[in-house]
Amino acid sequence: MTVAPPKALLRLSVNGQTLECASHPNKTLLEVLREDLGLTGTKHGCEMGHCGACTVLIDDEPILSCLALAVEAQGHEIRTVEGLAKDGRLHPIQQAFAECGAAQCGYCTPGFLMTGAALVEQERDLTEARIREAISGNLCRCTGYSKIVEAIASAARAIE
Amino acid sequence: MKEADLPTVSTATNPNGDARPLTTGTNSPSIVSRAPQAPPDKPEGFSIVGKSMPKVDSFTRVTGQDKFADDIFLANMLYGKMLRSTHAHAHIKKIDTTKARSIPGVIAIATGADIPVRYGILPSSPDETVMAIDTVRYVGDPIACVVADDELTAEEALALIEVDYEPLPAIMSIDEALRTDLPQIHPNPRRTNNIHKEVHLEFGDVAQGFASADRIFEDEYFFEGNTHAPIEQHSVVAQYGADNKLTLWASTQTPHYLHRIAAAVLELPGSHVRVIAPPVGGGFGGKTEPFAHELAAGYLAMKTGRPVKITLTRQEVFYAHRGRHPVRFKLKTGVKQDGTITAIHLQSWLDGGAYGSYGVATTYYTGALTTVTYKVPAYKFDGCRVFTNKPPCGPKRGHGTTQPRFALENQLDKIADALGLDAAEYRKRIAVDPNTVTVNGLRVTSCGLRQCIDAAVERTFYKDKKGKLQRGRGIGIAASSYLCGAGLPIYWNAMPQSGAIVKVDRGGGVTILSGTSECGQGSTHMLAAITAETLGVDVTDVSVCYGDTDLTPVDLGSYSSRVTFMAGNAARDAAGKARHMIAEAVAEKLNVDAKQLGFAKRRVFELENPNSALTFIEAAQLAEAKFGTIACVGSYTPPKLAADYKGSGVGPSPAYSYSVAVAEVDVDLETGEIKVEKITLAHDIGRCINADSVEGQIEGGVYMGLGEALMEEWPFRAGEHKLPNLLDYKTPTSLDTPPIEAIIVETDDKEGPFGAKEAGQGPLNPVIPAIANAVADAIKARIHSTPITPEKVLKALDAASGSTLRLRGVTRPSRLPPTKEPAPAR
Repeated sequence: MTVAPPKALLRLSVNGQTLECASHPNKTLLEVLREDLGLTGTKHGCEMGHCGACTVLIDDEPILSCLALAVEAQGHEIRTVEGLAKDGRLHPIQQAFAECGAAQCGYCTPGFLMTGAALVEQERDLTEARIREAISGNLCRCTGYSKIVEAIASAARAIE
Repeated sequence: MKEADLPTVSTATNPNGDARPLTTGTNSPSIVSRAPQAPPDKPEGFSIVGKSMPKVDSFTRVTGQDKFADDIFLANMLYGKMLRSTHAHAHIKKIDTTKARSIPGVIAIATGADIPVRYGILPSSPDETVMAIDTVRYVGDPIACVVADDELTAEEALALIEVDYEPLPAIMSIDEALRTDLPQIHPNPRRTNNIHKEVHLEFGDVAQGFASADRIFEDEYFFEGNTHAPIEQHSVVAQYGADNKLTLWASTQTPHYLHRIAAAVLELPGSHVRVIAPPVGGGFGGKTEPFAHELAAGYLAMKTGRPVKITLTRQEVFYAHRGRHPVRFKLKTGVKQDGTITAIHLQSWLDGGAYGSYGVATTYYTGALTTVTYKVPAYKFDGCRVFTNKPPCGPKRGHGTTQPRFALENQLDKIADALGLDAAEYRKRIAVDPNTVTVNGLRVTSCGLRQCIDAAVERTFYKDKKGKLQRGRGIGIAASSYLCGAGLPIYWNAMPQSGAIVKVDRGGGVTILSGTSECGQGSTHMLAAITAETLGVDVTDVSVCYGDTDLTPVDLGSYSSRVTFMAGNAARDAAGKARHMIAEAVAEKLNVDAKQLGFAKRRVFELENPNSALTFIEAAQLAEAKFGTIACVGSYTPPKLAADYKGSGVGPSPAYSYSVAVAEVDVDLETGEIKVEKITLAHDIGRCINADSVEGQIEGGVYMGLGEALMEEWPFRAGEHKLPNLLDYKTPTSLDTPPIEAIIVETDDKEGPFGAKEAGQGPLNPVIPAIANAVADAIKARIHSTPITPEKVLKALDAASGSTLRLRGVTRPSRLPPTKEPAPAR
């Protein structure tokens, strides 16, 4: 019979806001973000940790939200694509992705944006090799990665 | 790369060093051939067409605001899961859903018998039902669908459905499918084997062609199957209202075909079915036909009165498939001593998987475009598609033309080598000419193949490198052509292939309604750009309403690279009519001839006296006052192009794009590992609508070709797909993908919208043979099958050198080495 354990109250800090919801404690952070908090900007492509589409930041580190339980994320600062823009202004990585044509179908884009945001916020003097290495856990089937690399480089310059 | 490895060419650069400093525009295109003058109806020049700019939908993309199908959550929604066959081939003796129905939270269960209407995307192959009724034909074939209050409950119910199978022999290869002693996957009294479709065509005097040849080359090739693997898993939300109308939000490239087939299968009038295509998270041909989960969701929404969502798991996406057919080829080409082709005989055998899908068309496509790239005076084609107990194959980017292009370009390189010809010059010499008709009756209009060869060769210093690099390093070239939309729709009709409505608001906004599906290829921006260019407004003034069968006129869908050419022409037609009405109203006001008015920068002005102008808003209001609501319709019907033989409907297109790829590789002669260092691709786009988008399509096509060339595979063991996940199914990551240089060549097609052709599919095709030819240049041996793996490289090296030493180590040891193990701990 039903395997879902009873719901628990979750309190998550997402994009600077404290959000509460009642969820089954076996749900992944990905599921809670999308299904219980309505934050559908974070996508899924495999739910097995293979594709990187569900990447979010926890305490500024990119993690795969399909492999993290939401209960584990309590007490940590979660950032999703919805939290990148501030005060009506796009984050430099978003601006660069739009301007460079780095998003085609846009489905893998939130994952790349989060990986890229962490990179450009935390590291300086990025080389192409470093960017390619940093995004190698995110799969994109549309772009061939060229414009994504270009966009991250452009965002890095905008921040520096 | 070590300095010593650089080619000894003084002008050669090393653009792909790993730690180079960042610069912008590392992949910016060289525009080598711009059509010089603006067309007569745009004497003021283009203000939007041809420019690089962010796509109008870029900003919703980068903020997570786009709602893909699975992002839709409706109140009181149920979740569906499908039970799928665990047998490759079996009769179903009994399905018992009693236990599954008893679980609290399970609302309804449907099986094949509930929805028995047979369908198929092609009217010639109606061999599918939503779920298996009495036979399952591959591991993953849907059998039942459960809807429940949540996904977990639905999954739990699946485990309790009892299916009594009677296993049948599984047919897992082309050879097995051709045998006459095995059961038929689809009963066909006219045959004794599992052949689905045979095509036999002959054009020109083939016997005479071979008789007059100085040399004849015969080779066999195998192109491995692979899949689209869009990052978005297929998803549908179905809602059935109290008005007895069904709405499907589906991740589909073809809302119109889903609309037609959903109405037929669910036995609803077309007026009671609405299909909405939200943004699609990647398609590549994999979402171009109705899927079982979409129809099952519709049925169960009707049955329960509650919205139903079904999103496939990644594993199920591998089962839904409709991917690249594995194809075996025999290719015989006769040439004169100077390389001139005298005749080609191409034979193809396609592994079709379990259902028809687009397979009849695919079969034709493995032969149809052979003649569109190079001059072929006599041509024989024999195609044969078989059914096997694997997920059904269908169209993937390059649909059926990708596989033969690998064979043709591989052999052409071999011919060039054998005759001592420069492979690039040779291709240029035998390239088709613009404004000609091929031997199989295909009309070629604009053709930039020679310009593409020149551009790619010049940019890569091909001639200085080919055959002159040190062993292990190689350079290869290949060319191809592709359709700008299939000339005929998939079901016979005399109606337009694309429609559009352009509505001008008195506030200055313009809305275009088009039945297209946006799957990342950029159709939304293309429609906005064509509309804005025609009416002289900014792209941001245009709202694009797409992919909604209630609101938008029909567009057949995002397949066969048809959208820019066909939907773009329909948009231009509709916007042109609106422009005409506005011009008439303004001409009256300014007392000038309407033909003397220009539209640009949100103004309507006199061409002779640009200071005499109205704002677009003023002009739109004048027009509305004069004519009433400004809402104009446009259509596009391709010219009648099919010749008069059976099968001539596959291949004609109002235009063909041309692509040339040059690949540079570094092969490790010890391990067989191939590093692709750079791919340069020149593409004849006709004219860019948005240069950024065209580059993006070229780069994406090159990337996808790279994956097919080097790593993507479709292997089965004991009837089961071995790699149905994104870890084991290898696709190139950012580390595997080399720098890609896109070169845009413009030829200004006379029938394309503003001269535009396609870029979505064509650029993939030459990439695979270009890599194969580069590897051949590097190792001085040819590999005749894809993917080109390290193992095949080592085998080819061994075969060339007569050694088997390394090969034995790479494949399997004939015996295990003697070892002395300590006694195990107890």
